[in-house]
Amino acid sequence: MNPSNYVILSALLFGIGTLGVLTRRNAIVVFMSVELMLNAANLAFVAFARMNGNLDGQVVAFFVMVVAAAEVVVGLAIIVQIFRSRRSASIDEPNLLKY
Amino acid sequence: MNAVASVVRTVEATPWVMPTLDYTLLAPILIVLGAGVVSVLFEAFLPRSARRPAQLTLVFVSLVAALIAVINLQGSRATAGQGALAIDGPGLILQGTVVVIAILGALLMAERGLDPSGDAFAARASSLPGSEDERQFTARGYFQTEIWAFFLFAVGGMMLFPVANDLLMMFVALEVMSLPLYLLAGMARRRRLLSQEAALKYFVLGAFSSAFFLYGAALLYGFSGSISFPEIATALSSKTGETGLVLVAIGLVVAGLLFKIGAVPFHQWVPDVYQGAPTPVTGFMAAAVKVAAFGALLRLLYVALGGMRWDWTPMLWVIAALTMLVGAILALTQTDMKRMIAYSSIAQAGFILVGVIAASPAGLAGAIFYVIAYSFTTIGVFAIISMVRDNNNGEATHLSKWAGLGRTSPFIASLFAIFMLALAGIPLTSGFIGKFSVFTAAISAGETWLVIVAVVASLIAAFFYMRVVVLMFFSEPTEATATVEIPSVFTTIALAAGATVTVLLGIFPQPLLDLILNAGVFIR
Repeated sequence: MNPSNYVILSALLFGIGTLGVLTRRNAIVVFMSVELMLNAANLAFVAFARMNGNLDGQVVAFFVMVVAAAEVVVGLAIIVQIFRSRRSASIDEPNLLKY
Repeated sequence: MNAVASVVRTVEATPWVMPTLDYTLLAPILIVLGAGVVSVLFEAFLPRSARRPAQLTLVFVSLVAALIAVINLQGSRATAGQGALAIDGPGLILQGTVVVIAILGALLMAERGLDPSGDAFAARASSLPGSEDERQFTARGYFQTEIWAFFLFAVGGMMLFPVANDLLMMFVALEVMSLPLYLLAGMARRRRLLSQEAALKYFVLGAFSSAFFLYGAALLYGFSGSISFPEIATALSSKTGETGLVLVAIGLVVAGLLFKIGAVPFHQWVPDVYQGAPTPVTGFMAAAVKVAAFGALLRLLYVALGGMRWDWTPMLWVIAALTMLVGAILALTQTDMKRMIAYSSIAQAGFILVGVIAASPAGLAGAIFYVIAYSFTTIGVFAIISMVRDNNNGEATHLSKWAGLGRTSPFIASLFAIFMLALAGIPLTSGFIGKFSVFTAAISAGETWLVIVAVVASLIAAFFYMRVVVLMFFSEPTEATATVEIPSVFTTIALAAGATVTVLLGIFPQPLLDLILNAGVFIR
């Protein structure tokens, strides 16, 4: 199969992730959408690695997985703490900081 | 099938070569990241009472060692780690600045003389705000010493950021720098709900923007077949066509970096995070992230995308003009000191972008000088904000509480006035030299209209900086006027260093300007 189809799929996933971040209000779902964007980039890297005929893109994908795992740790820590002090995981509700 | 076969063939054809890392060139970064690992071990194995002295010794010794290692590398111009890192003149100057700013930031974070219940950080970041747990932890005098491990990792990432010479290293450096800062932003001792909210906003928007950076990096890799900046530059100059894809890629990558800088329209997190984060962290972050991120942006634009200059200049032109105007105009309406400084930092980022757009050695030197001058002034500003306290010993950040401070505490108010004049760009301060060098570089690059916008924005900005000076010196102190707490030696050193550099760079800028000009341009 033509690898450029995977690039189109990755662009679609990236778009879905972006829409998710912008429209969903639950912090966990927003966070999942960000992860979807990172994985869309991974798919693009791997597809391009095959199209370019070198391994750089696959190496990048491994590093991104590690970084995404670290991001999950930090992000969930912050979201859980917010949930415990507010009893809600909505990202609209904390609104003490404005203007 | 053919593509897979060709991948396998190329892999088999190249004999395995041991990668060379060049530890001498990596020494400053390795010292700081190694100290970060040791700091985690300290948390695991030392008794509670021994942690603070051990951590502080580790932090200052490792940062000074890293500074010495950077100075030792002076004059090097080489790539390390198989081309992943470029240790060159501008990179080393930015690394050195990050280390010095980190030392001053660490001094602010180590302060324990200002808040009677301890330092600026929550006794236990995991305890619920306002709960019995929290009260008990505070009463028993618990302290969170894990901040030092976060701090060292963040500094390591910041040192990596301006010398990263490929897209992967730049992404990893971006995350190593940002992830600890998200956590540090949420650990304030007072107004903890605000602080946690700042951490959430910083994290969500930061992760969102790094995803943009990464997808842009994937597209650039797809176009050029390499992640290394010099090879991307070669591919961009040799391949024509498909420019639409390249423009999207450049837009996404640059947007990821502009977010860290706080340029409009990626600036929404700046005021919230600056206001909510513990003041010492805000000071450190505001100063050091700007240095690191501008270093990375300059390297990406000048080395990898240098050939695409005519495509990214118009985009950055609009962003720089918007950043300066929006930052300056919104700062006019603020009533909270930390929030006002946050909008001022947005405007300052716009001024530095003017130097970036010049895309010449003079523009590079001007932008580096400006960002160095700005970072020292910012550390001084936040040192004073952390000292000005209200009746409950919380920080008095509302502007009305600063009225008449010049009468009650003339010395500190005068220092703050010097910082405000420097940010406004009044002659005899570092800010003037910075603005002057950036604007002259932009004019000689033919960007006269942008400089006119910049001058108008400077005038608007000067108004709100002067308003603070007038408020402190020309209004009567009231009941609500805050008092200035006398800090311990830590904050005093940081404040003295910030003020000295701000004034010295205004009167004798030549040594630093020569140093930056002699450092030359980025290695290609």
